[in-house]
Amino acid sequence: MKRQGIMVGSAVALVLAFVVAAFGYAWLAERRLVELAAKPDSVFSRPHSPTYGPTDARVRIVEFLDPACETCRAFYPLVKDIVDSHRGRVQLVVRYTPFHAGADTAVAVMEAARLQGLFWPVTQRLLRDQSTWGADHNPRPDLIWNLVDGTGLNLRKAREDAASAVVRARVEQDLADARALGVTRTPGFFVNGRQLKRFGANELQELVREEVARAYGGGGAP
Amino acid sequence: MPRRAWTLLLLAWLSSLAGTLGSLFFSEVMQLQPCLLCWYQRMAMFPLVFVLGIGLYREDAGSVLYGLALAAAGCTVAGYHFLLYSGWIPENLQPCSKGLSCAEVDLRLVGFLTIPLMSLFAFSTIIGLLVAARRKGLRV
Repeated sequence: MKRQGIMVGSAVALVLAFVVAAFGYAWLAERRLVELAAKPDSVFSRPHSPTYGPTDARVRIVEFLDPACETCRAFYPLVKDIVDSHRGRVQLVVRYTPFHAGADTAVAVMEAARLQGLFWPVTQRLLRDQSTWGADHNPRPDLIWNLVDGTGLNLRKAREDAASAVVRARVEQDLADARALGVTRTPGFFVNGRQLKRFGANELQELVREEVARAYGGGGAP
Repeated sequence: MPRRAWTLLLLAWLSSLAGTLGSLFFSEVMQLQPCLLCWYQRMAMFPLVFVLGIGLYREDAGSVLYGLALAAAGCTVAGYHFLLYSGWIPENLQPCSKGLSCAEVDLRLVGFLTIPLMSLFAFSTIIGLLVAARRKGLRV
């Protein structure tokens, strides 16, 4: 009887040590990510990354976006609304994650448009007409150039940029950052380095609310 | 079962439990994907918890021999993995060219302690303790 007590006791001690270590590790890992997210150039945000909203906002939503992903399209107005409704306190950073077939062309066009200051109109157009060029069963990236004609984009310049090594390297960088952060599905959201673990619109709103409260002090308007 | 022998068996069992929990920590908490050779070692380490645990609880001397067989298999794979890891076995002999590389060093604790070395250490400890337990009279 005494022997079995020793046995069970030591096993419980080991398992407890495991649980404590697991929680400690997760806590440290999250703190490290939060610190990284505060830096201007990290896995969360690169100098080339397009943004929406004020640069001095203390809360930053990082979205790993695939322009061919339907959920990304559905989230687009929602995320825009979150940034707008927090009046000056929230900024959105977009990262290129072309996981779908054909999306690599689309993100190259988006980055080329960013170089001309037209990232948002072009992205809006691509999302609006997603079913035309980015349908899952029949991606037609060849149609993209016709679709973005009329957004004011200098097409000749944009074609040149989209095919350039610089733009390709930026997309590769974003994909590498997505891998480093374990983003395997889109859209992938982080708010000030905290990952949206349970996916959903309400969950994202809640996470942003929490971070706004943390960054600007307890709830309520200024 | 003699007290000395039982204590040695207890230590061997706790080593296998620590090895199991440690490997789960690397894969589930630190999210390091286990490579093929890691899985072969796990196939030897995980059952040791049950074989030695039940043997210990029921004070069954037979479990020492079953445990030794598992630990020897694990030790062999760990030894091979360690040689591959530290570059003693050339790259073209790597068994897992597809998917995860078994030779890529992901982690180095206190400067030299890599995962295959920890595995080798755990299996050798278990073998040492079980052999000692046999010497103390756990022979069927």
